[in-house]
Amino acid sequence: MFRLEARTSTPAWFNLALPLLAIAVALILCSGLIAIAGAGVAEAYGVMLSASLGDSYAITETLVRAAPMIFTGLAVAIAFRARFWNIGAEGQLLAGAVASCAVGAIPMPGYLAMLLMALVGAAAGAIVALVPATLRVKFKVDDVVSSLLLNSVIYYALMALIEGPWKDTFSGYPISPPIEDSANFPVLIEGTRLHIGVVVALIAAPLIWFLIARTTLGFRIRVTGENPEAARYGGINVQRVLLSTALLSGALAGLAGVGEVGGVHFQVMSDISPGYGYSGIVVAMLARLNPLGAVPAALFLAAVMTGAEAMSRATGVPAFLSDVIQGTALLAMLVALLFTAYRIRRVGASA
Amino acid sequence: MSAPLIEMRGITKSFGAVKANEAVDLSVAPGEILGLLGENGAGKTTLMNVLFGAYAPDAGDLLVEGKPVAIHNSADALAAGIGMVHQHFHLAPRLTVLENLLIGIPGKSGRIDRAGGLARLKEIGRRHGLSLDPDLPVSALSVGEQQRLEIIKALFRGARLLILDEPTAVLAPSEVDGLFAALRSMAAQGLGIIFISHKLNEVRALTHRCVVLRHGKVAGRVDHPAETTSAEMAKLMCGHEIVPPTKEASTPGASVLTLDGISTSGHAGMPLREVSLFVRAGEILGIAGVSGNGQRALADVISGMLSPSAGAMTIAGKKVAQFSPRELQALGLGRIPEDRMTTGLVTNLPLADSMVLPRIGIEAFSRKGLLNPAAIRAFTEAQIKAFDIRCPGPMVRAGALSGGNLQKALLARELAFDPKVLIVSQPTRGLDIGAARFIHEKFLDMRGKGCGIVVISEDLEELLMLSDRIAVMYEGRIVGTLSGADATVARLGLMMTGAEGHA
Amino acid sequence: MSAVFEQIFQVGFLAAIIRIATPLAFATLGEMFSERAGVLNLGIEGIMLLSAMAGFTAASLSGSLWLGVLVAVLVGALMGALHALFTVALGLSQHVCGIGVTLFSSGLAYFLYRLIFGQQSVPPSIDGFKPVPIPLLSDIPVLGPAVFNQFTLVYLAIVAIPLAAFVLYRTPWGLSVRMVGENPRAADSAGVGVIATRFQAVMLGGALMGLAGAFLTMAQFNAFTFGVVSGRGWVAIALVVFGRWDPWRSAGAALLFAFVDALQLRMQASGLGHIPYEAFLMLPFIFTIIAMAIMSRNAVAPSALLKPFRREER
Repeated sequence: MFRLEARTSTPAWFNLALPLLAIAVALILCSGLIAIAGAGVAEAYGVMLSASLGDSYAITETLVRAAPMIFTGLAVAIAFRARFWNIGAEGQLLAGAVASCAVGAIPMPGYLAMLLMALVGAAAGAIVALVPATLRVKFKVDDVVSSLLLNSVIYYALMALIEGPWKDTFSGYPISPPIEDSANFPVLIEGTRLHIGVVVALIAAPLIWFLIARTTLGFRIRVTGENPEAARYGGINVQRVLLSTALLSGALAGLAGVGEVGGVHFQVMSDISPGYGYSGIVVAMLARLNPLGAVPAALFLAAVMTGAEAMSRATGVPAFLSDVIQGTALLAMLVALLFTAYRIRRVGASA
Repeated sequence: MSAPLIEMRGITKSFGAVKANEAVDLSVAPGEILGLLGENGAGKTTLMNVLFGAYAPDAGDLLVEGKPVAIHNSADALAAGIGMVHQHFHLAPRLTVLENLLIGIPGKSGRIDRAGGLARLKEIGRRHGLSLDPDLPVSALSVGEQQRLEIIKALFRGARLLILDEPTAVLAPSEVDGLFAALRSMAAQGLGIIFISHKLNEVRALTHRCVVLRHGKVAGRVDHPAETTSAEMAKLMCGHEIVPPTKEASTPGASVLTLDGISTSGHAGMPLREVSLFVRAGEILGIAGVSGNGQRALADVISGMLSPSAGAMTIAGKKVAQFSPRELQALGLGRIPEDRMTTGLVTNLPLADSMVLPRIGIEAFSRKGLLNPAAIRAFTEAQIKAFDIRCPGPMVRAGALSGGNLQKALLARELAFDPKVLIVSQPTRGLDIGAARFIHEKFLDMRGKGCGIVVISEDLEELLMLSDRIAVMYEGRIVGTLSGADATVARLGLMMTGAEGHA
Repeated sequence: MSAVFEQIFQVGFLAAIIRIATPLAFATLGEMFSERAGVLNLGIEGIMLLSAMAGFTAASLSGSLWLGVLVAVLVGALMGALHALFTVALGLSQHVCGIGVTLFSSGLAYFLYRLIFGQQSVPPSIDGFKPVPIPLLSDIPVLGPAVFNQFTLVYLAIVAIPLAAFVLYRTPWGLSVRMVGENPRAADSAGVGVIATRFQAVMLGGALMGLAGAFLTMAQFNAFTFGVVSGRGWVAIALVVFGRWDPWRSAGAALLFAFVDALQLRMQASGLGHIPYEAFLMLPFIFTIIAMAIMSRNAVAPSALLKPFRREER
């Protein structure tokens, strides 16, 4: 007989081992789908690997894809730390994209435009995130449901914009007017899409880590998330902490949208985010809600996404495999997390 | 006497290295009320959980009416005729009385057997004098009625042996008499009853026989509890004579905490109605009362968790303008909450986090919004040493500490700031004798240093031992205050039912 | 303005409400069963999508619509079992597992659909369910054509509501479901298997979500598109709150939402100004959020919702 036994502490190497284990399990499980699709598993994963990490261009593409997921991953991680169930990173990202696109289309000096795009985009995301947080604090509305519903609202608002006032009258396509050329984020390596926003994302991770681990606000977020009652008894204004967390979380998700507009698409269209907001949840969970872990986790998902497209072209296996891998990795990670709270012990069979 | 209804032979159960029960023998005959006595942690609850199927014993046999049985879960226990009234009721407040009775009972042609249930309820009412309105939601019942429902539930399932775990803890003295009468009548009709308690006078008043557990083993058996003195039984429970900590005489100084006509509203539970009290420096004020008579609201107001709707409070001569933990702490208040695990600490985070939680904003722990981890750790280490908190270090998960060490930690985090007033609720509930004694000595220490202490407790012995004065609460009011010298269990018990007392 | 109004409230309006409400009623009842047992199922959106795809595929390949419905129901129950495995058996976070189940099922639905049907410019469609008029009843003016000339699945939904109420309130199993959702410890000490009951409730819930998905691809749209569910699952979760975890009220909430949705569809069709239709699509969602804000203060969720049950072992 085996039995789960509570652990009092978790070894540090678990932080690395568990996500790797979850990823391995996900890849193994999904290899069945590749086989069903009639392709060689080794070949398919081989193509994915070489297309995402095989050469320097592929690596830059993976980095570019990872950037928005680092932001949404951080957004989700900080929110979940406070047990603010922000499932609305997708909508907050879209709001950030729309707002920054509107600002970027105004002629002004490039550096000013970029700064304003970032500020306005972050603010837009923050305001959207404030809605479910306020509804929870003031009206006891479940934040999961309201943030999910809000994703649909924001998405349709974006669609209404690009089908309406922003519609390209010349082509008739539902795409927004492009931002000014001067507002395009500088590219770091000529001939790639590696833009400055990627660097900002990479810097954001340690900054958010510092915020959570080393500031009084971070302390309040951690305590509020783990035990709101003890936090309140300890003199923490739990509602204010939740609202602050929502603002931070939404701003980070908004920045993901800013990066996509300023560095990748230079305009807004209906598929500007292939679900980066939801991927943020996967990133945050793989990272065990540690901001530093968001970077490798986002890189993994980005590699899977980039690789899946190439794999699809080469082998005919639908690129949606990357979505299945994401979902499976999330579920596998959740199971793996059991090992942090429990150890499996063999108990003498006595019955 | 007839053959035992139930017999436990050589029951041993360990959790890791801890032997919770070791070679325990116990039997109950039909019509017998057996007292199971022991300190917290003596193994009473574990033993009963073995009997009720929650734990599998490592060794030992269970016999029901002389036949060996294996009980793996509560369904087996119910089938064997064993019913248990847990200390925390197993009821669903939003379902009705009848629904709570019918849970787990097969229906009639696919439907809930309402008629059958009502008939059975009526019969139990007739036989044992226990009745309740079947269609009332449980949330509308008083605590005593909920307990009655739990007993009915056990009888409803055909229990012939009834286990009651600390049933009087939630009852007023008058309700206790009613419960005892019902239990006696059930025993008279041939039921076996196991009555778990650590209150000696109750065991002496009710039981026919009693078994005393200590450190998981049977420390003694008492065949005629009514003819045995409490002191003898206490000695069996603790293994030695209990010497209460010495309380030195002290001359109280000026009032450090004053409540003047405090009323509350909008709070779950009993609100306060024009409560006035004061505590002087170097004085311990005990607050007695049956659970649910406004003690929680009182603790919440004094600790800054609840703003009163009327009345005023002063701490150390300063009127409280804003009821918030931070404001009151700044005025010199120390607070220890009733529920250590849920209100006091953050069990999943390092102990150090919990130790600095109420004062994270002060300069010793953070500056300009940045934490000072070294100072936080040093503070925690100092308290661990000063209060002999047994733990691997400041970074251990707070939840890994034992109850006694948690309470020491909570006390340490307040006393480190030399409070002028200390408010504590149920300070030793669930602690073993050693830890409780440590906590009591610290209170008396603080009293000697001129701190004014409010102790809210349902344990009258504790209040009588510590308090210079005892105020009694009933239905949100203070019905009277006795000086420590005048207070007796009998007088307090009378006042707890609402009878006016005299100062 | 009155012309617009007339156009909105023309004859088919009531029928449209009923049609829109049907999948929502199934999904809401499904989520309700799950939550009454103490398990929030955020996998609903993905479960509906995967069931919709599976049912459509089965119907399309076999030519039998009812086989498609059966497959959708089975897939729904299976995904319910998956969610229960994580949240009930393993006691993992219901929030995150639900999102995981949604991501996994949606990904799988897209993947398999693309694998089976390839990339086509016009999505393949099937000959879906046809309205079945009920003799006599369908002749009642106004109400008849709207309510009694509908798909069989609509009638099934109408029957499912009182049936769900009966099961929940009048059967021993329903009592067990309510008890494990309120106080699992009490159920356990009464000999009720908490884990088993929760598993069954979540699986029944999944099966109902599967029916919802089947209705979308086999009666309402007769095709599978990636946006075929488009937030209806999330809406159902809100409707359960709005319906206070009661079958009748939840079904009423579904009708109310369907009314708003039908209204916005009419407004789209009426071509109010030159407003893009997506602006109207937002309305039901905004309505739902506002409704939740009004209702949530007094809504009391099952006490043990979100709380895993584990027998205490020290």
